[in-house]
Parts: sequence; structure tokens; C-alpha cells
Amino acid sequence: MTHALHARPDKRDTLLYLDGVTVSFDGFKALNNLSLYVAAGSLRAIIGPNGAGKTTMMDVVTGKARPQAGTVVFNGGIDLTRLDEAQIANLGIGRKFQKPTIFEQHTVAANLELALAGHRGVWNALVFRPNGEQRARIDETLATISLQAHRDRLAGSLAHGQKQWLEIGMLLMQDPQLLLIDEPAAGMTDAETAATAELIRRINRTHTVVVVEHDMTFIQALDCHVTVLHEGSVLAEGSLPTVQANPQVIEVYLGR
Amino acid sequence: MRLPAAAATIGLLLVAAIAVPVLNLAVPASSAVHVPTWAVSLVGKYLCYAMLALSIDLIWGYCGILSLGHGAFFALGGYAMGMHLMRQIGSRGVYGHPDLPDFMVFLNWKELPWYWHGFDNFAFALAMVAFVPGLLAFVFGWFAFRSRVTGVYLSIISQALTFALMLAFFRNDMGFGGNNGLTDFKDILGYGLQDDVTRAALFALTALTLAAVYGVCRWIVGSRLGQVLVAIRDAESRVRFLGYRVEFFKLFVFVVSAVIAGIAGALYVPQVGIINPSEFAPAASIEAVIWVAVGGRGTLHGAILGAILVNYAKTFLTGSLPEIWLFALGALFVAVTLFMPRGIVGSLSGRADRRPSPAVTAEAPEAAARAPAARPDPAAP
Amino acid sequence: MLLCRAIGVILLAASVLTGAARAEPADLDALVQDLGAGGFAQKQKAIDGLAATGDPAAVRSLEAMLDGKLYRRLSDGRVAIGAPSGQVIRLSDPLTGADLGDAAPADVDRVTINNRLRAGLRAALGGLTLLSPEPSVRRSAADAILKARPEGIEPLLRQALTRESDDRVRAAMEQALAAVQLSSAPEPEIRIAALETLSQAANQDVRALVAGLLVKDANGVPAEPDAGVRAAAETTLAAIERRLAMWGILGNLFHGLSLGSVLLLAAVGLAITFGVMGVINMAHGEMVMLGAYTTFIVQEWFRAHAPGAFDYSILVAVPMAFVVAGAVGVAIEQSVIRFLYGRPLETLLATWGISLILQQAVRSAFGPTNREVGAPSWMSGAIEVAGGLTLTYNRLWIIVFSLVVLALLMLLNRATDFGLTMRAVVQNRRMAASMGIRTGRIDALTFGLGSGIAGIAGVALSQIDNVSPNLGQAYIIDSFMVVVFGGVGNLWGTLVGAMSLGLINKFLEPVAGAVLGKILVLVGIILFIQKRPRGLFALKGRAVEA
Repeated sequence: MTHALHARPDKRDTLLYLDGVTVSFDGFKALNNLSLYVAAGSLRAIIGPNGAGKTTMMDVVTGKARPQAGTVVFNGGIDLTRLDEAQIANLGIGRKFQKPTIFEQHTVAANLELALAGHRGVWNALVFRPNGEQRARIDETLATISLQAHRDRLAGSLAHGQKQWLEIGMLLMQDPQLLLIDEPAAGMTDAETAATAELIRRINRTHTVVVVEHDMTFIQALDCHVTVLHEGSVLAEGSLPTVQANPQVIEVYLGR
Repeated sequence: MRLPAAAATIGLLLVAAIAVPVLNLAVPASSAVHVPTWAVSLVGKYLCYAMLALSIDLIWGYCGILSLGHGAFFALGGYAMGMHLMRQIGSRGVYGHPDLPDFMVFLNWKELPWYWHGFDNFAFALAMVAFVPGLLAFVFGWFAFRSRVTGVYLSIISQALTFALMLAFFRNDMGFGGNNGLTDFKDILGYGLQDDVTRAALFALTALTLAAVYGVCRWIVGSRLGQVLVAIRDAESRVRFLGYRVEFFKLFVFVVSAVIAGIAGALYVPQVGIINPSEFAPAASIEAVIWVAVGGRGTLHGAILGAILVNYAKTFLTGSLPEIWLFALGALFVAVTLFMPRGIVGSLSGRADRRPSPAVTAEAPEAAARAPAARPDPAAP
Repeated sequence: MLLCRAIGVILLAASVLTGAARAEPADLDALVQDLGAGGFAQKQKAIDGLAATGDPAAVRSLEAMLDGKLYRRLSDGRVAIGAPSGQVIRLSDPLTGADLGDAAPADVDRVTINNRLRAGLRAALGGLTLLSPEPSVRRSAADAILKARPEGIEPLLRQALTRESDDRVRAAMEQALAAVQLSSAPEPEIRIAALETLSQAANQDVRALVAGLLVKDANGVPAEPDAGVRAAAETTLAAIERRLAMWGILGNLFHGLSLGSVLLLAAVGLAITFGVMGVINMAHGEMVMLGAYTTFIVQEWFRAHAPGAFDYSILVAVPMAFVVAGAVGVAIEQSVIRFLYGRPLETLLATWGISLILQQAVRSAFGPTNREVGAPSWMSGAIEVAGGLTLTYNRLWIIVFSLVVLALLMLLNRATDFGLTMRAVVQNRRMAASMGIRTGRIDALTFGLGSGIAGIAGVALSQIDNVSPNLGQAYIIDSFMVVVFGGVGNLWGTLVGAMSLGLINKFLEPVAGAVLGKILVLVGIILFIQKRPRGLFALKGRAVEA
């Protein structure tokens, strides 16, 4: 039934596709034969009630969880289920966690510098010094996430919303093809939420972005294609008004 | 600030490397500033401990790896040096055998075991001082870090590792002198180990090596690699998702740390005159951890300071009030963890950013405490 | 030797009841007096003579001679049993036990024996007790004869066999007879028949006896001249060795389960503090030690105030140890650990410090040496099975005890309010708190429970290990290994982990030696943890990832 909901898109345009992915924990199926396509350059919001499998979906894509069945293909032929987190990250997939996860004991600039695309080897890290171009990129990203003024502050001392932005900034420094962003607006003020939506739309101009979110205002502000997950499979897809009108979605969110 | 502290530490060590031998050899014993030879060796021993503490601080303070078995690397380095010194005894042993150390003659062994070959060569022994601990750390770390054994699990198995080695070295048929270990050394490179000049030279060498090792550690933690290590300590999964192979970084710093510990052990043995399996005791390794905690972890010079202070207190207390020492040491463990988690240097420096304060680390208590094993992820749902 | 002594003691009692009618004191006394006279050959004659009387009354003198307690008074040449008492030796009559007064050491000669005589004495004692009314004594006598195979015992053995009614004793006597025949009968057929009988044995002595037939001397001549007998011996030897191997495996099984139950006791408290609460308590071993010292104190009290009830002291010690160790545990939790939740490495260091303090405190209070903890009578002794396998009661009780403790703990966990609250706090602290559970109090009680169980373990360990301030240190690494191996947070895992480690240890021991075996186990666990970081019985799923 999941397949009926969308036609298989042109392979060249598909950056990420999950096909029949199942993940179970002790009999509980967190993902149940999930199939999902993300077109290159698109912005996709994924919503769903608690336990719908949103975070597990991200775990599978980023190599944190291994599916029992199904394939996860990136960029037209790379099987992600065989790679570990670091390899997947180096392929160009960045992930922002639900809870801001940054290096609290480093300065804001150092956080970004660590995320800077480039060699990840041990020896390289020992002798690395950022060059002018790389420093410029750090400044540029600081501007994008509005943290120029906090450049040399310890990341741990930032406000919650700023931490979320810093983490998104770190993703940008990685220069990934695909950004997976888990609940970026959680715990933010309305103004921060709006600014975050704007930030993500701006990022989407140059990157493919998948956002998991609960906040409907935020989704509305993103104004993008929405996928509704329920019990580990796709329940509905389409624009926000379309899925909001879908009786199944209404039942899942409001019914029982 | 860090740089002045680094300069001061290296400066002090260099001064000590020159001043202590001079005060021992050139100043007459009647003088008030004369340093007796026993004190030279004692302080030399403290400096070896300081080097061990430094190696622990490098992995614990900066990368969050609490090894409770670092004494094993120290002891292995010590045994490598001890084997060389044993071979240097030659036919001057009690049994006068040209090749075999006394304990082997005693055990009725006919020839030198294969793993003792080469140790008569000083350069080979020096290479083994670094190679053996490094290799063990590499093998252990390869398995542990690749399968993401972290936190207390790593601490417990590192403790089991040193415990297993202790049991092994206690066995006579291991060929390392069993219970008694290696002792009765005569000389090193032809210089008598009991001579004042040799002892002063060993002291100077220890101080210089400590300064050099400190410099290397400073360089490592000051580099981007050091930043990655701290990042691993504070948010390991984030580092992974940034594309760093966390296990390689951990393995690198763990091996470097083990080599430093091995060098410390090698300098320790000629000054103390004995190496035996008790150096492998888990208690010895844990004691070394508290030196670092007292001085202030994640500061490097704090580790040196802590090792010297605690060991001075130990010498003083075990000499005058032996019953009190274990009470004092136990209380020190409790007091430091409860009241001074950042140690002396951390507390004095006053920069609240040095170590995560309890409030910061306490954010994910369940996650940290209960699922420290595979793929810990503070951001999991 | 111990065996013979035991036989002697029992027999002595028997002789009081039955011996009087049959003894001919005059003859017997003459023979006993001969024990002290002349050279070894003459003594052997006297021993044989006493054995031939078949009179249990002679047992006491032979016993004393074997133990070097038989003396000859220089003044009148009289042989007597002597017990050194201070400066003098107290003499008593070997037959009647009547007091013969004291003698200075210079006034008596000890009756000396050599190894040959020693063997002769054992055999004689074996023969004398063959006719005892007590089946167990007769059985031991048969076993003793099988070991010593004295000359001339065959008629007595046959006589005993004809009147033997107990099947097991009968079998033992048949074995003994076969062994005697095998070593002394000239006819090959009889020796082959004897070998046939002996092939049912599971006994190192029989194995040695049969193997001895096949040994070749320097010229390659076998000890046994007859080829038919040699062939039978080979078959018999194989059968015995098979049976011995089987008993060996059963023995390893028992010792492995015994060690496993000790590990289980030591680790099950840890499974609560570490497995359930996530607290690394390095002072856990010291809780065990406190339990052992509590047992010591309770026993001292019983010795002083109620020696008659000493057998029940252990039953008092168990709750006392639980309370003492539990109270110390709660105190540690309240004063140190609760400030360190969420900082497992710091907890580890702080509790290590506490362990040092507790060790030194006990060392200061009780001294560094081992303390003697007695065993109640119902825990002493052993069941001798076969093939050298002995099951000691204390180890059997500890296996039972450890399982009972585990069962009670599971019951507490599953079926009580406290267990429910405890699990609730573990699973979701904030939720539990918001439902009105005082999480801090539950933490303290849970920690106290884990510590109290460690204390109970100390009671059991005091029965098989030295009670010293270092007692806990010996178990802490093993306990952690059990919990980590079995899987954190799972009591079944702890059970399986403890028992497997115990068994692996004991089965490796004969192959690799005790120390190397232990090293192999440690290395094995280190490798195992790399493979399955959460142990055998790991919980899976999102709950543990969080």
C-alpha cells in the first residue's frame, strides 16, 4: 500500500531512497517495510506521531541502526546499510540530532572548524592549520547562523536555540549533499522557530534537506512536500494541506 | 593561560635536571643545600610517576578514556629495561652463569628463552620499551575501540587486563623472575647503578625526558587532533557523524599514552633497582589515576603536580604513620571526586570552562551510566 | 591415615559393646607387648598376630602405633599409649584404656616404625575392622585392604564376604579380594578373573595396580609374565580409565558449579548496584568482607554466650550481615554516591577510595591476619561418591544458598511493591518522580539492598575462604566479569554468567593449570566483551540505546 502512494521517481533525480526497510527491536517494528524517495535538491518534511519511526529512519540512513530487511541507496547506487557512521558522513550526509549535540568545551569557531570538510585522518588532524579560505568559510557560516558575535564563546554557554543553529552550522561546514535535521525547532521561541525555518529554506537552495518535526507552524513555514509516517510506514504524502485533509492522517493524530 | 603554564613546567623541569645533580655532586655534603643521593633517586622516582600520570591524563583528561590498567604499560616498559639490566649482570650473578640470570639457573633452565634474546643490546631494549607497551595498547585498543567499548566497561576490562598480566608475571615459568621479579642490577651502559654520578645522570635524564614528553603531549592536545579528542570526550557520536573515525583517534592517543607509560617504567627501574609483578596490580593503576584527579585532569601539568604531591605524601605518611596512609589515600579519592572534580590546577586556574562542571555532565545521567557500551548517543530518543 | 583413624575411633565404640565377649585378654596382651619389643621384623610378626586374632580390641594399640603414640616404659618394658601433657607423658593401657600414670620423656621409648610397618599396620587395621557391625566401617576396611593388599588377608576377607549382607560393602569387599588375588595369586586364570572384577572399579589405586602389570623394566620385560593376563589388564585398564574420566568430569562439574555459586553470590549484589542502578561500586568487595567479619563477630558471641547453639550462629549471621552491609551501603550512597549520579567514572574512583578506607578500618580493628570462622556441624563433612569425588557439605550448601538468594531477589523484584518502584525508577526517573515516588529514597534502598546481599555473600564465603581484610579484593574483578559477561541489568544473565565462568574455570584448570586457566578466562572475557559489548543476555532495543 505504501508503493501505491507515489510513483517511482526518475533515478537520476533521486538522492536517497529507502526500499522496504524494516527495523525491529525485540519484536517491535520501529520501521515496517518503509519505502521513501528523496529527490536531489528537494526539501522534505517528515511528520508523524511519537513512535512512528522518524528517528529510526534517520538512524538507518546515517548508519546508527542496521535494518533487518530492505535497502538504503544514496546518490544513485551506494548501499548505505554496509557503511558505518563516519563513512556515511564522509559520503555527504550530515545529521542534526533532536537534542543539540555540539562540543560544549570548544569555542563556537572551533566547533565549526572541526566540522570543516576535508581530511579526517589522524595524522592530518595533528598537523592541520586552517588556511585563509577555510577561515573565510567559517566566518561565512557564522554569518549564516547569526553567531558572528559569539565566535570565541564556549559553545556550552550558548542559549538553547543558538546551540541548535550551531549544530546546523556544523552540518553546513561538512558541505553535505543531504542534511537530515531532527526537530530543529524543539524548545525554541516563536521568533527563533521562524528564523530557523528561514535558515533551512536558505540552506535548501544549495542542499537537499530532510526535516523531522512535530511543530505544524514550522512545517507550514517550510512550505514543502510532507511525508506522514505511522507505525513505521508511510501513511500519506503530499503538500501540508493535502495530508492534513487526509482522513487516515486525521484518525492517526486525533482518533482512537 | 596555557602557554605560560607550559613554559613554566618545561622550564622547571630543565632547571631541576641541572640543579639537582649539581646540588648532589658538586655541593659538599655538609652544605645546607646539598641534595643527598637517596633524595635524588626518590625525586627521580616521583618524576617517573609523573610521566605515568601524564600518559593517563592524555587519554582520560582529553579523550575520556579511563584506563584502570595503565600500570601494565608502565610495568612492561620497566620489564623491558629490567631484562636489559639483567643481561648486563653477565657472570657476576650469584651462580656466576655467563648467560642465564640467577632465577633461571635456580629454576634449572638450560638456555635463555627466545624472548630474552636481543635484550643484551641497549638499543634493542630501548626499542622494546616503546614497542611492547605500544603493541599491547594497539591490540587491546583495536578490539576495544572498534567494538565501541567505552566508559566504565573499558575501565573494567583494562583492569582485568592488568590483573591477568599480574597473574601471568607471577608465574615462574613465564621467565620473568616470577614473584621476585628482576633485581640485583649492577650497571647500565657500564656505569655502576649505585654510583652517585650514574644516579644523578639518570635523574637528569628522567627530568629531560619528562619535559620532552610533556612537550609532545602539549603539542598533541594543542593540535586539531587534541580538539577532536576533547570532542570525542564530550560528544562521541557527534564526532562520528562529522565523519571522523573515532576508533582511529582513540587508538592513536591510547598507543601514544601506552608508549609514554612504558618509557616512564623504563626510567623507573634503574633508579628503583627492581621490577616485580606487583607493578601490574590493579590497585597500583587506580592509584595513578588519583594522582591525575588530584592535580587536575585535562591540564597535563596538573598530572605532574598531582603525581609528585600524592607520592610525597605517601612517602611521608607511610614512613611516619603507616596506618594512616590508606585512610588518607581513600579519603583523597572521595574528597577529590566530591569537592574538587577539577583538581588543584583546574580549581586554581578558575576558568570554569576547563572541565565540564557536574551540572553539564549530569544532563544525560541515565545514558552515561546505564548504556555506556555500544554506540552511546546522547541524542537518541 | 585419617581414614584409618576414623575407623579406629568408630571401632573402639563398637568394641565396648561387642568386644568383651570374644576377647582373650591374655593372648592379646602378649601380642600387644610384642609390638614394643625387638626389631622391625618382630614387630611385623606381632602386628600380623594381632591381625589374625580378628579382635577389634587390638585396634587401639595399632592405631596408636601408626600415629607414633605407642611407648615402651623403660622400667618394666610395658607397652602403653602415651599422650604428651606438658612436661610429662600420660600413659594408658592399650587394651583397657586404664591409666598407667605419668612418665618423664626420658623414662619411655617411643615404639618406632618404618614405612613397611606403616603399610602393615594399615592392612592389619583394615582386616580387623572387616567384621565390624557397622557397614560403613566394613566398607572402609575393604577400601583400606584394597590399597594395602596385605599378605594373608585372603581367608579373613572370604570369611567376611560370606556373612556380608550389605550389597555395597559386598561389592567393595569383592574388589578388595580381587586386588589381593591379582597381586598374590599364582594362577593366571584367577588373576584374569580378578581383573574382570576390577574392571568395575573407579579408583586410582586399582588403576595403579593394573597399570603396574603392564610396566616394562629396563630390559623390556613386562612386570606381568602371562600374556593372557596382560591382555585382560589392558582391557581392564581402559575400562577403569574411562570410568575415572567420567568421574573426573562429574567432579569438574561439581567444583565448577561450586565456584559458580560463589561467583554468583559475590556478583548478584553487584548486578543490582551496577546492573540496575548503573553505579560502579568498587567497594562492593568490602561489603562482602564486612559480611564475613559480621559472621566472625556473631560466632564469637555464640562461643562466649551460647556455645550450645553454635550450630545456629550462621542462621543469625545471615540477617546480621545483611543489615550491617546494607546499612553501610545506605550510608555510602547517602554520603557520597548520590552526589555523583551520572558521573560513572568519578563514582568508580570515589568508591575505590571508600574500599581502601573500609579495608584499613577493618585491618586496624581486627588485625591484618586471617580470622577463624567455624563451620556448624551440619555444614561440615562430605559425601564420598566414587572415583575420588568428594562433595563437601559446605560447598553443597553454598550452591543451594546462592540459588535461594537469587530466587528471593527475583521474587522481590517481580512480586513486591519495592521491586516495582525500583524498576520504575530505573526505567524512567523523571516519570517515577512525578508520580510521587521518592526516587532518592529508592536509590538509597536499592543500593542498600545490593550491599546487603554482598554482606550475605560474605557469610557464605567465610565458610570456604580466609576471612581477612583483603577478602573483598579477591572477588571484585571476578564479580565485575560475571556481571559484564552475563549482561548488565539481568539477574538470569548473572546466574548464567556466574555458572559458566565457574565451569569454564574448573574445566580449564586440569588442562592449563589454575593460574593460566584464570588468565585464559580473563582474556576470553575481554575478547567476548568486544564481540558482545552488552554481555550474554543483553537487553535490545531503543530503551537501552537512550
